Amino acid sequence: MARPINNPVSDMLVDIKNLAIAYGDAPPVLAGFTTGLERGSFTAVVGPSGVGKSTLLRVLSGLTAPAAGTVEMPVKAERGRRPVALVFQEARLLPWRRVLENVAFGLEGTGLPKSERLTRARETLALVGLAEMAGRWPHQLSGGQRQRINLARALSVRPDLLLLDEPFSALDAITRQTLQDELLRLWRETRTTMLFVTHDLDEAVYLADRVILLGGKPAGIVRDFPVDLHRPRDRDTPHFTDTVRGIRAALSESVSDGAGI
Amino acid sequence: MQRSLLAFAGLVAFLLIWEAAPRLGLISPLFLPPPSTLPQAFTREITGGYWLAAVLASLSHYLIGLALGTGLGVALGIATALYDRLEAVLSWVIRLLRPVPGLAWVPFAIVWFGIGEAAATFIIVIGVFWINYYAAYGAAKAIDKDLLEVADAFGHRGTWAKLVKIVLPGSTAGILSGVRTGLGQAWMAVVAAELFGVPGLGQRMIQASSLLATDVVVVYMITIAALYGLTDTVFVLIRDRLLRWQR
Repeated sequence: MARPINNPVSDMLVDIKNLAIAYGDAPPVLAGFTTGLERGSFTAVVGPSGVGKSTLLRVLSGLTAPAAGTVEMPVKAERGRRPVALVFQEARLLPWRRVLENVAFGLEGTGLPKSERLTRARETLALVGLAEMAGRWPHQLSGGQRQRINLARALSVRPDLLLLDEPFSALDAITRQTLQDELLRLWRETRTTMLFVTHDLDEAVYLADRVILLGGKPAGIVRDFPVDLHRPRDRDTPHFTDTVRGIRAALSESVSDGAGI
Repeated sequence: MQRSLLAFAGLVAFLLIWEAAPRLGLISPLFLPPPSTLPQAFTREITGGYWLAAVLASLSHYLIGLALGTGLGVALGIATALYDRLEAVLSWVIRLLRPVPGLAWVPFAIVWFGIGEAAATFIIVIGVFWINYYAAYGAAKAIDKDLLEVADAFGHRGTWAKLVKIVLPGSTAGILSGVRTGLGQAWMAVVAAELFGVPGLGQRMIQASSLLATDVVVVYMITIAALYGLTDTVFVLIRDRLLRWQR
């Protein structure tokens, strides 16, 4: 799905044009989706259930073919890297592999010999703060630790684009906040372009520079909100709560407009 | 600790009742040889050289038959789980062959392989094939689709890559439970396979029983039980090592 472009004119990493998503022969759930993702940016996608948010990530990661449209992204085959990586909603660790081998999983088939894969996995594990868990089995970890490993597995391939599918939605509030801050630190350190799907508007505003609200039937971009709050962000400032409120208002409006939702 | 004590007590009680029944005249010693007569019969079998020869011959049928039957059953089970078309093509062939008991294959084994090792091995292969086929098929079918998607997402798109990285490790527990059932089944098949004159424990048992030497029959029953106990114990050690990732 990703086609190489020879001469990027701007610092756009991903260029999505007229993308449509459909399940089987049913009419598309998402249509005419056109946007670009700037290199190094942090974008959140929010919207009611059923607008195809998760499927959008699956399309961008190449797991599903779009019903129409194109996704352009410069792809260069590089040893030890994958251009796009996906962080799943549930950790989906391989239970028969120790933590370190789970992190190294993404690197298999990227041309790195095993010793280098394990070294890279160890570095990435240290990056998410779980170096001492390398020898554990997945079932010995807490939910938060499992999500960190899920994140480390995706980061280990040093992707240009990291897709995150509500990765913190199943965690308790305190762990969720810790991991949100952790993700921001990793973003600052790696400058990976992030596309983060969530139901949680507060989370979207806390993390992203830009919040894309999807809605309607078929769904499309209802509004594209820039978030210009300085970091580190404080959830208790009026500016923050106003931003969240603005998005929530637009969301409720789109839901009540949307036929039959 | 208490469990092993109870197990020991149970075994002692079993032997005592067994010993008492013929001695108290409740049953003829020919029908049920008391355990105290067994060491003598055992010594006779060993000094005559029959015991070791039979054990070695049967072990060789057992190991070869078990390895082939397990390997083929697991391979076909996984293949039909992965390829819907293969499953469709084989579905009625399998329904046709599955219920045929191992013993029914004996005439064919003799015609195809002659009276010898190969025929005996064939009967054992049949005896463990289906257990392993169904165990592997079920385990591979039950693989978590989410994990297959993880493989896809990280670039392992081919069937072979998925087999090695997800399907095989993910179905190990199910496959091994089939293998374990097969371990016992194969010993039963060994006796059936040697019925028609292939040397081994089964043949020796048949010879003894035709002479009504029931004490010798019991010696070989115990021998098979001991060999099974040994193989199963070794198997459990290996299995626990392979599945140490489980809770």
